[in-house]
Amino acid sequence: MAISRQDVEKVAILSRLQLSNEELATMSQQLAQIIGYVDHLAQVDTEGVEPMAHAIERSNILRDDCPQESLSREEALANAPHHNSLGYLVPAVLGE
Amino acid sequence: MLMSILQRTACELLRSLEAGELLSVELTQACLERIRATDHRVQAFLRVHEASALEQAAAVDARRAKQQSVGRLAGLPVALKDLLCQRGELTTCASRMLADFRPPYDATVVAKLKAADAVLLGRTNMDEFAMGGSTESSAFQVTRNPWDLERTPGGSSGGAAACVAAGMVPLSIGTDTGGSIRQPAGLCGIVGMKPTYGRVSRYGLVAFASSLDQIGPLANSVEDAALLLEVIAGHDPRDSTSLDDPVPAYSTSVNQPLNGLRIGVAKEHFAAGLDTEVEQAVRAAIQVYESLGAKVQEISLPHGKHGVATYYVIAPSEASSNLARYDGAHYGYRTNEQELLQELAAERKILQAAGDQHGLDELDSALVRMYRRTRAEGFGPEVKRRIMLGTYSLSAGYYDAYYLKALKVRRLIRQDFDRAFEQVDLIAGPITASPAFKLGELADDPLSMYLVDLYTVSANLAGIPGLCLPCGQTHSGLPIGLQLQAPILQEERLLRGARMFEQATDWHKLRAKL
Amino acid sequence: MSEPYTIIIGLEVHVQLATASKLFCGCSTKFGAEPNTQTCPVCIGMPGTLPVMNCKALRLALKTAVALHCEIPPDTKWDRKQYYYPDLPKGYQISQYDLPMSSNGSLSIEDTKDRFAPTTVRILRAHLEEDAGKSLHDEVAGKGDSLIDLNRTGTPLLEIVTEPDMRCSAEAAAFLKELKLLLTYLAVSDCNMQEGSLRVDANINLHLETPDGKVATPIVEIKNMNSFRAVERALDYEASRQYCEWQETGRVLGQSPKQTRGWDDEAGVTRAQRGKEESSDYRYFPDPDLVPVSFSPAEIATAQASLGELPAALRARLKSEYNLPAYDADVLVNQGRPVVEYFLAVADACQDGKAASNWVTQDVLRVLKERKLAIEQLPISSASLAELMTHVKSGKLPGSRAREVFQAMVETAVDVNQAMKALGIESVDESELVSLCRQIVAANPKIAADVLSGKQQAVGALVGQAKQSNPNVDPNRIREICLKLIMPES
Ligand SMILES: [Mg+2]
Ligand SMILES: [Zn+2]
Repeated sequence: MAISRQDVEKVAILSRLQLSNEELATMSQQLAQIIGYVDHLAQVDTEGVEPMAHAIERSNILRDDCPQESLSREEALANAPHHNSLGYLVPAVLGE
Repeated sequence: MLMSILQRTACELLRSLEAGELLSVELTQACLERIRATDHRVQAFLRVHEASALEQAAAVDARRAKQQSVGRLAGLPVALKDLLCQRGELTTCASRMLADFRPPYDATVVAKLKAADAVLLGRTNMDEFAMGGSTESSAFQVTRNPWDLERTPGGSSGGAAACVAAGMVPLSIGTDTGGSIRQPAGLCGIVGMKPTYGRVSRYGLVAFASSLDQIGPLANSVEDAALLLEVIAGHDPRDSTSLDDPVPAYSTSVNQPLNGLRIGVAKEHFAAGLDTEVEQAVRAAIQVYESLGAKVQEISLPHGKHGVATYYVIAPSEASSNLARYDGAHYGYRTNEQELLQELAAERKILQAAGDQHGLDELDSALVRMYRRTRAEGFGPEVKRRIMLGTYSLSAGYYDAYYLKALKVRRLIRQDFDRAFEQVDLIAGPITASPAFKLGELADDPLSMYLVDLYTVSANLAGIPGLCLPCGQTHSGLPIGLQLQAPILQEERLLRGARMFEQATDWHKLRAKL
Repeated sequence: MSEPYTIIIGLEVHVQLATASKLFCGCSTKFGAEPNTQTCPVCIGMPGTLPVMNCKALRLALKTAVALHCEIPPDTKWDRKQYYYPDLPKGYQISQYDLPMSSNGSLSIEDTKDRFAPTTVRILRAHLEEDAGKSLHDEVAGKGDSLIDLNRTGTPLLEIVTEPDMRCSAEAAAFLKELKLLLTYLAVSDCNMQEGSLRVDANINLHLETPDGKVATPIVEIKNMNSFRAVERALDYEASRQYCEWQETGRVLGQSPKQTRGWDDEAGVTRAQRGKEESSDYRYFPDPDLVPVSFSPAEIATAQASLGELPAALRARLKSEYNLPAYDADVLVNQGRPVVEYFLAVADACQDGKAASNWVTQDVLRVLKERKLAIEQLPISSASLAELMTHVKSGKLPGSRAREVFQAMVETAVDVNQAMKALGIESVDESELVSLCRQIVAANPKIAADVLSGKQQAVGALVGQAKQSNPNVDPNRIREICLKLIMPES
């Protein structure tokens, strides 16, 4: 499947990346090249093959419901780029 | 004295430390001197923790002097790739995004090393978020190959491999998602191992591709790698994908040769594109095994040729999700908000002037623009490329054709190995198609850079353990690596098989001259 | 209903499961802590952290799914639902997409007020996922920032999605009430809507008959409904709003994208919400950090066995075994299991279901309400209420004074006999009553004559005199006896 410049712009929004026109141009060309290579997968016969999402397939790994120490608010916010004494601050959340 | 210390393997050094012939402080000082003398050229370390390292060393020496019990690696310096969380220490992933990030917790591997009384010497350079095969995508510096400073040490664990190859530290920890331990080990002429997926806990390893990432050792000998793996391996209740199978005593069994060893050689590994010097060295290595009584047998891994394509769908897909958290809201880099608001105001003015209502409706909110600018400024080009690629592969309309298809081919690749290992104990082959390439050579050609991973990605996709050790040199004096692969959880077999070769050859004794 | 359209309603309910720790980490789930004091590297999605599933959350989810008659597949897995929002620190929510832990269930509802016929609402699916944090906008009013509190992040949620099977707001409200009751009986959640442990979104549109065939209006999702009453009002409002809009625009399903509207409870209207950018493409994929879970038939059987008697079955039993009217059964069951237990004890002891129901649904519930008591705190044990009722039956306690005695028992926490003594109530036997009446009738020939001449009410004066000479007599009985003495033939 060829990837169009419009596709690339849409993916940039989905990825929350702001790309300059030059970046969009290079990106479009490079993604097209890579996807062109990846498209060879289409030729592999995978009829009846189960997808493999995990390298080692095990199941039912669970933990008991026991509460543990949380971080202090200071520790939790220590890496926050912008916060006040209560929590993280971000540009106003609109719409909701 | 100094070099003679650093010529020795970690196991030899440990014996001297235990015998009291060598103090950890002396050893640590030697490492620090070597770093001072050479790392301005190699650029393997992002940060050297001189003070705390010397403190840890002195503490171990003191406890030894008092005959107190000490850990398995007591006094041995170890370097950490800069994506393993270390409480209170910068953990940057060689990214501007995490330039100031200090985790409030230790990765399980780091906790195990501390418990083993290792001396944590510093943090090594890498490709940004481990995405790359040359360590050139680091946001901070370019690491050079100790054998030829104009060439790449490989990647993404380039710093981790270079610092060992340059004799700055006897042991280091790397991570391998598509070859990021084995390939730099090969290009730097040392030993590097990717264990079975789940053998070593991923807790505290900053994720690139969660179903492929695995932590492993880099060292000057197979024996050293066995020792380090024995310390870091094991079940971790904080990692749902960590395996609770018992950990064998790798460091003791490693010296027992394997009788009746069956070595598999995949014909696909010697197809066109393989450098002739590399092919000769690898074939010679296989003959060494024959001379040691191993039975060599041709096998086929028919789907291996789809490994790179499969990998470059699955890894970026997972990465696009794992890196979504870097949005400037909770930790890490955030764009300048004044500039952001001015930018939006300016765009709004233009749209209003043009009476472009649709444009105004589509205009980012301040929050969305904060995300987009933060990520645009915080990530480098290779990371952005992979986020875009992964987002595309998972997006509506492409999921089945790319992500889901890749998951199916992944199983076929795994089944190839399962079938092969019914006939052979280990698979031997090249680690890369050619020796270390020149820095910048592939900079503008991502696809060619991806194709370097041809021989390494399959082990990650299949979850099997793989190891690379030196097996020769080019006429120009560049190291050539031999890759060995084993079935799930057969690290012990892998290490013993590798050690057989090491004991029969001297390639691992060669050191880069700096 | 006389409207020219049919309302089609489906509900999406998020229930916080009653675990002590979060779904993937050890942080407490307690409500109301100071902002950002119940988080850890895992639930704030710090680089390098990994989730490990809480087995109790899984058990509570399975229990609920089984109680909703859902099918439980042999294997289930967790997926990442990806979108950017500041209350979602990882940039994705761990949820379930194509392999939910349960599907195809049902819940039956009926209305004792007969506003709708008994019906069964199909459950499309119920799946386990993690909650997000909170954005506190007003906290930093004036400033252009939102404050993010991640305490709630990672709390286990069960998302229950119905088929669009409800046809009026009353059905929707009834479904929610019955679901909440079921969850309470199962003790899988505290269902506190104010604290957000039970949250409801509704999908609604209209089907209309037009000259050129059936049409449907575009589907609208309504959010921000903070009570069942609000759900009912919002749905009624939205139905008429959609009808008006259709009459104006004629726009039908498919001609405009699905819209999300928020309910404004003061204004009593729904308002269009600004859609999240690209929220349409969540790029679900299996979470590589979590492994699949499979339920063995034994586990499902255990869950099945742990359910206990659920509301529907209980109502049926109260009607059949205690021959209560549907209304009484409903009132009792809706009070929750403890009140039902109390009723059963009283009814079994006094062998009169209806009478027991009258006492419990009227007097007991009134006291609980007035004094804000739980049934366990009621000063009257089921045994002594039963005793009171037997005394009334045997005439030992005049029916006219039973409530007085009940009240005394509540206030002074004594048994029925002590209460009667305290009120000076002793039962008077029949012969005493008759001789007393003889005296009074003999002493009042004038009144007897009036009665004979037809003024029956005149007998009241005699009853008064009898009560004066002995306050414990039962006035009705006195009236009967006097009349007999005056007019033997009648
Ligand atoms: Mg949900
Ligand atoms: Zn937590």
